[in-house]
Amino acid sequence: MATISVRTRDGELHSFEGRVGASLMENIRNGGFDELLAMCGGCLSCATCHVFVEELPASASLPIPSIDETELIEGSDYRQENSRLSCQIPFDETLSGIVIGIAPED
Amino acid sequence: MTPDNLTRSFDCVIVGAGHGGSQTAAALRQSGFTGSIALIGAEPEIPYDRPSLSKDYLAGKKTFDRMHLRPQDFWGAREVELLLGRHVSAVDPTARTVMTDRGEYFSYGQMVWAAGGDPRKLSCPGSDMAGIFYIRSKADCDALINVLPDAQRIVIIGGGYVGLEAAAVFREIGKDVTLVESLDRVLARVAGEPISRFYENEHRARGVDIRLNSNVASLEGVNGRVSNVILASGGRIAADIVVVGIGIIPSVGPLIAAGAEGANGIDVDPFCRTSLPDIYCIGDCARLKNGAGIRIESVQNATDQATTAAKAICGELRAYDAMPWFWSNQYDLKMQTVGLNFGFDSVVTRGDPVSRSFSVIYLKNGAVLALDCINSPRDYVQGRKLVDSAARIDPAALANTSRQLKEIDLVTS
Repeated sequence: MATISVRTRDGELHSFEGRVGASLMENIRNGGFDELLAMCGGCLSCATCHVFVEELPASASLPIPSIDETELIEGSDYRQENSRLSCQIPFDETLSGIVIGIAPED
Repeated sequence: MTPDNLTRSFDCVIVGAGHGGSQTAAALRQSGFTGSIALIGAEPEIPYDRPSLSKDYLAGKKTFDRMHLRPQDFWGAREVELLLGRHVSAVDPTARTVMTDRGEYFSYGQMVWAAGGDPRKLSCPGSDMAGIFYIRSKADCDALINVLPDAQRIVIIGGGYVGLEAAAVFREIGKDVTLVESLDRVLARVAGEPISRFYENEHRARGVDIRLNSNVASLEGVNGRVSNVILASGGRIAADIVVVGIGIIPSVGPLIAAGAEGANGIDVDPFCRTSLPDIYCIGDCARLKNGAGIRIESVQNATDQATTAAKAICGELRAYDAMPWFWSNQYDLKMQTVGLNFGFDSVVTRGDPVSRSFSVIYLKNGAVLALDCINSPRDYVQGRKLVDSAARIDPAALANTSRQLKEIDLVTS
């Protein structure tokens, strides 16, 4: 079982079982978190699936963000060091236990 | 309509289950709406991501289950009743009911019309034959996908985004593609000439036969199936199938018949209210009266207007003022648009189109209105702020790619 924990904008933390093979964005959306708009459907054309990676399992690593992802995140007023676009992160067992915060809406 | 015929009653009835309708339901719950909600959709599918139809879904790169805007159980968990596979055929604003093509009546306390549009159909002789396809719904797209293995020669009618995106998909799977556009450039209604010429060059370089200034006079067929597209000029183009992308007609008939102001779209105020009491309209079929007076067909517009309407229903009147944005994917080209270029009086091309990474900036009276950015997310992100502030910048400075947009000085005059 691979779990994902999502902190919603009200600060509450919710954990659920993630689907391996889907992106983090798809997992968050399918988990019923309607704060995450993900308007472009995951094709890296907007930044409405912006999240903060609060905790990463010790042995896990995330794919290096592409230039496009980095540029889009730089446009957010809420950009942090741990900002990512969740559509760009495939979810797998090594990420079990990851803690994600949904960024404020720009 | 008489109350005796009422089958169900809802505090809010949402007509249309696309991006706008589904976001209205979600935003109502986020805003604390506790009443009953019905989401009435014409298609049998739960709400899904429509833009993927002409891109990854058509290309077979994305399965439908990955296009659901929300999972199936989301709607039940939010107590949103999905009433799918139904067209609303009449609205009675006095009795406060909608009627469906199944003969059902639903009464509403508040109603949000988010019915979108239907594809504009060809009307020339022969346009009722088999082998002619549109790309608006999943069913449209599935019908097209089913015949693709047996279709080599494809004629696309219409050089808008849908037609161009489909052309890119068809070329990537090795089809022979001819694209027929009635105007003198593709994307003529939505983009400036440098963008049009760039996309024409890209598609031609990949083997698309683009015919500009070409009107379709008729379609010929064999045994009721299309075989040739006949141009007004007399030209004939052999076609195994024809794909039509010539825009949409807003689905507003029942609301206009009920007395709502509007014509090609329903007129709405900044809170997405129509002229009829407790009826809102959003998305592709809404026409914002005090804006440019035009309809905007985009996911962003549908989603943000949905939030505006939902908040208004919950008593929070916040005028719609979201920044417009849009995207199109063709081949390896990612286009991102920010702002609306209506009424522009000059364009600046920033970067060299030959590099396949550049932007076109639209100005009116010296102020930045909008940008179309090709493979240039940096300009898109930074340009957004220029659009937001209607920045006045020397065109030569805008064109100078040795400086980022955020580093350019404003004109101080």
